[in-house]
Amino acid sequence: MRRAAQPNQLMILIPAFNEEGAVADVIREVNQVMPGVPVLVTDDASRDDTYTQAKSAGADVLRLPYHLGLGGCVQAGYKLAFELGYEYVIRVDGDGQHDPKYIPALLDVLRKTGCHMVIGSRFYQNNGEHTSSVRAIGIWVFRLVLRPILGKPVHDPTSGFVGVNRDTLRVFTGSFPLEYPEIEALVVLQRKRFRFEEVPVRMRKRKAGRSTITAIKSLYYIIHVLLGVFVNILKFEGRRRKR
Amino acid sequence: MGRLLNIMSVLSLLLMAVVLFSVRRSHIRVEYSVSWLGAALILLVLSRSPGALYWIASQLGLTDPPLALLILVFCIFLVVIYRLSVVISDLKDANIAMAQRVAIIEFQLQSLNEKQ
Repeated sequence: MRRAAQPNQLMILIPAFNEEGAVADVIREVNQVMPGVPVLVTDDASRDDTYTQAKSAGADVLRLPYHLGLGGCVQAGYKLAFELGYEYVIRVDGDGQHDPKYIPALLDVLRKTGCHMVIGSRFYQNNGEHTSSVRAIGIWVFRLVLRPILGKPVHDPTSGFVGVNRDTLRVFTGSFPLEYPEIEALVVLQRKRFRFEEVPVRMRKRKAGRSTITAIKSLYYIIHVLLGVFVNILKFEGRRRKR
Repeated sequence: MGRLLNIMSVLSLLLMAVVLFSVRRSHIRVEYSVSWLGAALILLVLSRSPGALYWIASQLGLTDPPLALLILVFCIFLVVIYRLSVVISDLKDANIAMAQRVAIIEFQLQSLNEKQ
């Protein structure tokens, strides 16, 4: 992968863990929708053939030495994109749930509004999307909690289909939540007074593999994320721990 | 009460011995043994000083000195565990940053090799 050759250049980031069944199709779809746009797959130490599949589909692959979890995997991609000078990064999950045909819409909002983050939202402008009941309860709770914190409603806070600009990349290279990062990332941005927008999208069923959030983990997920949100609000950034 | 204090003294000595043995075998680094040895020493001193224990119990408004000792044991180990949590968190942060850096350097090396 080359350095960003021109200003305002976009990179597509695909975090993947054991997605050998879906990742190659996702890359091809992205290439069809956004020809010539660099695609980086961050392979979170998959135990299957994800690395080879992604490579053979024409993507660059950042291979983590061991499993870091979604947050560490996405942050690694953000770090590389930032170092290579990219202006925008749009994250598309490697399981095929995010339809790449919405990438231009996300990019358009990022460029035209100058917002720092754009979220592909299943529930924005009531586009008739449904999700499992447990997850729906979780999303309802998160919306309720996030509304006063963010100062505006967020319809789909758990969506991983997001685009960020370079200012956000800079923040995320230094501070990015490790587990279930989507919601906490919004709070991290709010602390910087960054703006986000939502774009209506339709999600698809995952093509292969299993979700990282199973029914059993849902309760843990809700408690963990709520705690993470409050900790992020209270976080004192004046004195960072030494690295 | 005497028996409880004796048990506590033996346990403190045992803890010291285990920690010192672990340091000797390089299972625990010296800097992390200090909290454990300090905690064990405080427990040993208190269990051998009933007068001090009575005083602490009266200050805490407790009529039962052994209960004061148990509360102290709990507090001391809470501090040790908290300190270890801070250390583990620091290590995890450093570890993740290092893994990401290794991956990025490896990626850039590979890119360079492909160019040549």
